[in-house]
Amino acid sequence: MSLLEVRDLCIRYGDNEVVSGLSFSVGSSESVGLVGESGSGKTQTALAIMGLLPGNAAVGGSIAFDGREIVGAAERQLDRLRAERIGMVFQDPMQALNPYIPIGKQLRRVLLRHGIGDGRKADQRVMHMLDRVGLPDPARQFRAYAHQLSGGMRQRVMIASALIADPDLLIADEPTTALDVTVQAQILDLLERIRDETALLLITHDLGIIAGHCERLLVIDNGRLVEAGPTRKLFSEPQSAHTRKLIDAAPRLDGVTRPAPAPGDRVLETEAVSVSYVERRAELHAVLDLDLQLMAGETVAVVGESGSGKSSFVRAVLGLIPMRAGRVTFLGEELSGPARSRAVEMRRDLQLVFQDPAGSLNPQLRIESIIAEPLSVHAPELDAGGRRERVADALQRVGLDEQLLSRFPHQLSGGQAQRAAIARALIVNPKVLVCDEAVAALDGSVRAQILDLLRREQEATGLAIVFISHDLAVVRSISHRVMVLYLGRLVELADCAAMFARPRHPYTRALLDAVPVPDPLAPGGKLSLGGEMPSIINPPPGCAFHPRCRFALPRCRTEPPRARPVGAARVACHRAEELEL
Amino acid sequence: MVSGGVLCAIALVAVIGPWISPNEYLTADFNNILRSPAFADGHVFGTDDLGRDLFVRTMMGVQVTFAVAIVASVVSLVIGVLYGATAGFVGGRVDAVMMRLVDTLYAMPFIFFVILLLVVFERNFLLIFVAIGAINWLDMARIVRGQTLSLREREFVQAAQLLGVSTPKIILRHIAPNLIGVVIVYVTLTIPQAILIESFLSFLGLGVQEPQTSLGKLVNDGTDQMESAAWLLLIPATLLALILLCFNFLGDGMRDLFDSRRSE
Repeated sequence: MSLLEVRDLCIRYGDNEVVSGLSFSVGSSESVGLVGESGSGKTQTALAIMGLLPGNAAVGGSIAFDGREIVGAAERQLDRLRAERIGMVFQDPMQALNPYIPIGKQLRRVLLRHGIGDGRKADQRVMHMLDRVGLPDPARQFRAYAHQLSGGMRQRVMIASALIADPDLLIADEPTTALDVTVQAQILDLLERIRDETALLLITHDLGIIAGHCERLLVIDNGRLVEAGPTRKLFSEPQSAHTRKLIDAAPRLDGVTRPAPAPGDRVLETEAVSVSYVERRAELHAVLDLDLQLMAGETVAVVGESGSGKSSFVRAVLGLIPMRAGRVTFLGEELSGPARSRAVEMRRDLQLVFQDPAGSLNPQLRIESIIAEPLSVHAPELDAGGRRERVADALQRVGLDEQLLSRFPHQLSGGQAQRAAIARALIVNPKVLVCDEAVAALDGSVRAQILDLLRREQEATGLAIVFISHDLAVVRSISHRVMVLYLGRLVELADCAAMFARPRHPYTRALLDAVPVPDPLAPGGKLSLGGEMPSIINPPPGCAFHPRCRFALPRCRTEPPRARPVGAARVACHRAEELEL
Repeated sequence: MVSGGVLCAIALVAVIGPWISPNEYLTADFNNILRSPAFADGHVFGTDDLGRDLFVRTMMGVQVTFAVAIVASVVSLVIGVLYGATAGFVGGRVDAVMMRLVDTLYAMPFIFFVILLLVVFERNFLLIFVAIGAINWLDMARIVRGQTLSLREREFVQAAQLLGVSTPKIILRHIAPNLIGVVIVYVTLTIPQAILIESFLSFLGLGVQEPQTSLGKLVNDGTDQMESAAWLLLIPATLLALILLCFNFLGDGMRDLFDSRRSE
């Protein structure tokens, strides 16, 4: 008999049925992936299994865990079940941890409350668990608070707390979505190693993650089971169109890269741009000496883990934060000072699209006034009719329906909101568009559409794009050149195709290895990089990457490498020529 | 919705009532001192210790109370929101100077401040309300500033800055509308506070002067006759409570109305 048996599960909020007739089972010590786009009901299903649905949800059908019914069970019973038999890991580890209680104490509470251990024994068990999830120096982390840990470390703590009571089933709801690729690889690897006899239900929108880590797959769409089967079979012969679509939309590392753009003018040039913050009288370099030339019609991707300085770099170029040193030239004219003191034309020609589409649209304004707002600054001579025409034109370029104009941002889906944000940026016909993680928050298929939209716009207008991303698979399909940053320093700058074919820097190689590929036979997501990026508060001497580098020489510890041409690329590594990566 | 209707009804009666009532609010009728409420002789709410009709006096009190509520909250709303939003959004030295000014005003004793105003500008019906509003905007400015500080970091504000939208326009178009939720809640707290301050000032003899009256003053007078003529206390007090309650409910409703996310 299987451990978890879900039969005809229905979840309904008023008239809105979010899960309808879902049936599946999870055997003991089996790993099952639950895949669906946002809004498909996957999180609702997980909450139903945990008995954590809000009171206004009407649940029908049956969920049997080890023969015991969960739907309609008493809170006391559920409490016991959750504590001893089922563990759960949530998407955002910061919100799942109490910021006021040291993590060791939080974990111990799990044990004490359920009488599994007490006092010293509990402490030892917590320490042992922290050690198992790979937290360095568990004795110190025991007393640390959540904010003192990095995102990856916090997620490790969450996993420790979910597994500390030795549950039979672990539910992980998008456990790595908020994390960097390299950290994602570490966490997935940890989940795989640590779970021993524990069954795993991994919920995600990312087929790449599933491919390497689950034996069986469940694909759901609109609250209904679309397809189920062994992972390999599902990838090689998907039966339903929806599964096919998901697989096709997943970014891969083996697709075609874009051909070189037609030679254009140099639009934007930065020389030795540095950004630093002053904290306790020490100067912290977020960005150090970055050079970049951007041509019309070209996309340059800026890639790195969080904390690599990629956002600081473009924000300094745009004038949103002050530069410490360096020069930015736009069409031959030097840009200096903050954005608000720059000439109006300059502001028109440099536009930014943010990561979170909802946050970058004023919630109190209708889409029409949001998209039209730039016109009030840059084309004040337009009358109402002319303005409406420009808005309609912008809408058509981004593929949005005119009916949405009278809506508010929260009434739009993530993809629609991001299109509106892009329309607002494009309506003034800028020469440079900066996309700061502009597709990171979107579902696979929507992401592909937005990337396609950017490509078409670029080919039609010769727009130059700076595309910031932590995801190399996304970068590959959109960019002509790629700039990899580590701790604010240039690591490698090369043509996109060349970089993917032959990375010159060990860090680039590690980033490539970490990308989870939606192919169960060659899943990627390999763990070739341990540890995490150091903080700019305390940068390592010499090459900033040396503590995590497999190829580090004594020289790397003392002497910072300079970026220099290696082949067609610019690489900052002492061993760039000799290494075969 | 209901509370808005009740408030409108009270306001309407307060304006029309004295008109149609056969009694004048100034006329003292010494033949009818402390009459209990009765429909028969036209003294619907009864009369007070000077034989004045309580219905008319109460309605006059309601008028004054509404005036206090509206003038004081509008004054504190306009000054507080613009001041706070500007300080919070511009930030830096401007913020420091503006908020220190608020701190300084906070430190001034309120009563002293009002007496000063009355001495300088002579006693004036409107002045009382302006004085109350001028005190209340300090809290409003602080709250608005705090909210603005967090709004300023939101991406849609950055996007507007990047587009070249001017600072006053960002404050009016992007900051102020997003403050409405907090501001409305705070205004609904301010209105009862203003009404209470007014009755306190009237009690000290600094506020509304006889023969004019206000609800707070009527309640005060009513307490003296509590044992012999309970209606003198109960009627104005009930009305005052009803008005305060309605303003609170109205505030809730307004917040939902202005929050685009809830008005589906």
